[in-house]
Amino acid sequence: MSAEDATASRGARPEWPLFEVFVRGKRGLNHVHVGSLHAPDEEMALHNARNLYTRRNEGVSIWVVRAEAITASSPDEKDPFFAPSADKVYRHPTFYPIPEDVPHI
Amino acid sequence: MPTTDRKAPLGADRDHQVDFDTKVAAKQRIEPRDWMPEGYRKTLVRQISQHAHSEIIGMQPEGDWIASAPSLRRKAILLAKVQDEAGHGLYLYAAAETLGVDRAELTHRLIEGRQKYSSIFNYPTLNYADVGVIGWLVDGAAICNQVPLCRTSFGPYARAMVRICKEESFHQRQGYELLMRMMEGTEAQRAMVQDAVDRWWWPSLMMFGPPDTDSPNTQQSLEWGIKIDTNDALRQKFVDMTVPQAERLGVGLPDPALVWNDERGCHDFGEPDWDEFKQVISGNGPKNAERIERRRAAHEKGAWVREAAIAHADKHRSAREVTV
Amino acid sequence: MSGDNIFSGLVEEHEGDARWAFGTGFTEALAGVDTTLPQNVNGQALSTYCQMLGDDALVCAQRLTHWVTDAPELEEEMALANIALDLLGQSRLLLARAGQADGTGRDEDDFAYWREADRFRNVCLAEAPRGDFARTIMTLLVLSSWRLALMARLRNSTDPVLAAIADKAVNELSYHREYAISWTLRLGDGTAYSRERMIEAVQDVWPFTGELFATHPVESELAAQGVGVDPATTREEIHGVLTQVLTTATLETPPAFSDGAISGRDGRHTDELVPLLAEMQKVAREHPEATW
Repeated sequence: MSAEDATASRGARPEWPLFEVFVRGKRGLNHVHVGSLHAPDEEMALHNARNLYTRRNEGVSIWVVRAEAITASSPDEKDPFFAPSADKVYRHPTFYPIPEDVPHI
Repeated sequence: MPTTDRKAPLGADRDHQVDFDTKVAAKQRIEPRDWMPEGYRKTLVRQISQHAHSEIIGMQPEGDWIASAPSLRRKAILLAKVQDEAGHGLYLYAAAETLGVDRAELTHRLIEGRQKYSSIFNYPTLNYADVGVIGWLVDGAAICNQVPLCRTSFGPYARAMVRICKEESFHQRQGYELLMRMMEGTEAQRAMVQDAVDRWWWPSLMMFGPPDTDSPNTQQSLEWGIKIDTNDALRQKFVDMTVPQAERLGVGLPDPALVWNDERGCHDFGEPDWDEFKQVISGNGPKNAERIERRRAAHEKGAWVREAAIAHADKHRSAREVTV
Repeated sequence: MSGDNIFSGLVEEHEGDARWAFGTGFTEALAGVDTTLPQNVNGQALSTYCQMLGDDALVCAQRLTHWVTDAPELEEEMALANIALDLLGQSRLLLARAGQADGTGRDEDDFAYWREADRFRNVCLAEAPRGDFARTIMTLLVLSSWRLALMARLRNSTDPVLAAIADKAVNELSYHREYAISWTLRLGDGTAYSRERMIEAVQDVWPFTGELFATHPVESELAAQGVGVDPATTREEIHGVLTQVLTTATLETPPAFSDGAISGRDGRHTDELVPLLAEMQKVAREHPEATW
């Protein structure tokens, strides 16, 4: 089934556009590409980016940009998609006290 | 020759193929706009989207217990965990989208039953110990599967897996910690834990997929660097990791054939019921229809909300272009 | 190979990075805060007051968790879960304070799992049916605007614990309100259908608003001591906020809040609360001796 057919078969409902997300992990660092998400507009994209890519990590700055607005230099150089992000892991596995003698946890 | 596309490419494609093979052989990452064999792209789209679907459907069995979690701390942990799974699904859909498919299409493939997800989520969660056992065994098996994928050849997939694996380790620990607490509790709690382990052990072993002898795509995927270890190797690793954890917990594993083999330096263990596996993966699992129906209902019920947001954005686009 | 911990390299040290979505907020929010009761404060009244505010958050969070796997889009799953986690966190702190204040030493779970419905002191809007997404947004808009106004004032409470909890809550509630506003604008000024849903949501939610501004005797006692807030003092401010949001969303100016009487604050609830609590409490009550 082609993309057009797929759209027609579900009544041509518009979907939320794709946004690329860039996060400044902490002061002194550049914004780094961390991934993408869908949102109806820029403001909601920021909301969603906060929830998905930073959860409640205070002090970070987020950029969102419509994926379609990105111009890439060349096929080979494009794409920092999912560049390793500088953000913090907010859920620390060692929160759960596990005795020393339990292996591999 | 590290990698061969099954059809001999011509001209420019052949140059691309050589370039691609060289990158994969050198353990360099393939990035979305690079040339790649069509089979590689298709296999990745299938693998990543099935993985994404699994995360999203996987919210349901545990999500059922959020409302009834027996302490507020457990409620917060479980809610945060299930929320993580939505996040993992989103990271993975985003990785799949770099290959030129869109999420809406993938969602439709899922809710129309055209794409699979991990069959483990077609089993029911019957008591609160299931939450712990899913964390310990199911997420533990997922970690075994996924950690090697942090080195997979496709860049966006590998980077998504790094993020996911970090969060999965929180999932496994919260599960094990819940089980420890329950094992220190009442007789009834210990019985719940053992019951849950008995039900989830074999399905967890099946999460690694069919035996290597029965896994037709493994060789190509290994060559492409999409798969790093074979199903059987990962299953062995999981069993060897899990046995001492079970002993420490004080639960039995429901496999009479499970025994340490000194010669091999690892455990021998029984064969999962592959007929059941095929049944469940073909959509005949205990909860298959219900899981898909729930996802479909949520998606369709939410259509008016998504449409309203689009309509609003269209109306206010010009105004926003001035202010943003 | 079997001896390897294959994911050890991934479990990095994040010492000092306490940004949890749950749990450590408890100690963090109250780190260094003196938990002894201030002089001349009626501990019983303070406990009741903490239960009121704690139950509002707990019951509202419980309602929100029913959106898990049911939200209109995956991104909204994340948002609604975050809000529920924040409220759950607030309720845990407040219920723990309730057990300190009345001297019983009851913990958060004693309050959450072992009280009957008529001992819950949340306003009835918190327990009102979840409804569709429009209704959830409208409920959230009203409750978060109101609670934000209360918490902003409570930052100056003479009870240092309440002040610390309020300080944390203000940040969270500001975001909840912003989220609710952004969706109110989109649904109110979206499609004809979404607009209809929002108009109905206003009609469904409004009868519950009067109670939010009725002053319970415990609230006036504690407000007089500088410990609590008289909710009646927020009435005009909240109506102004809601009017501004709804009219920007091209909806009609909301009617005045009704003159609601005290109900949930005194344990008189709608029929909705009993089944909500039954679901929440069932596992805990099946195993009274258990630890989790």
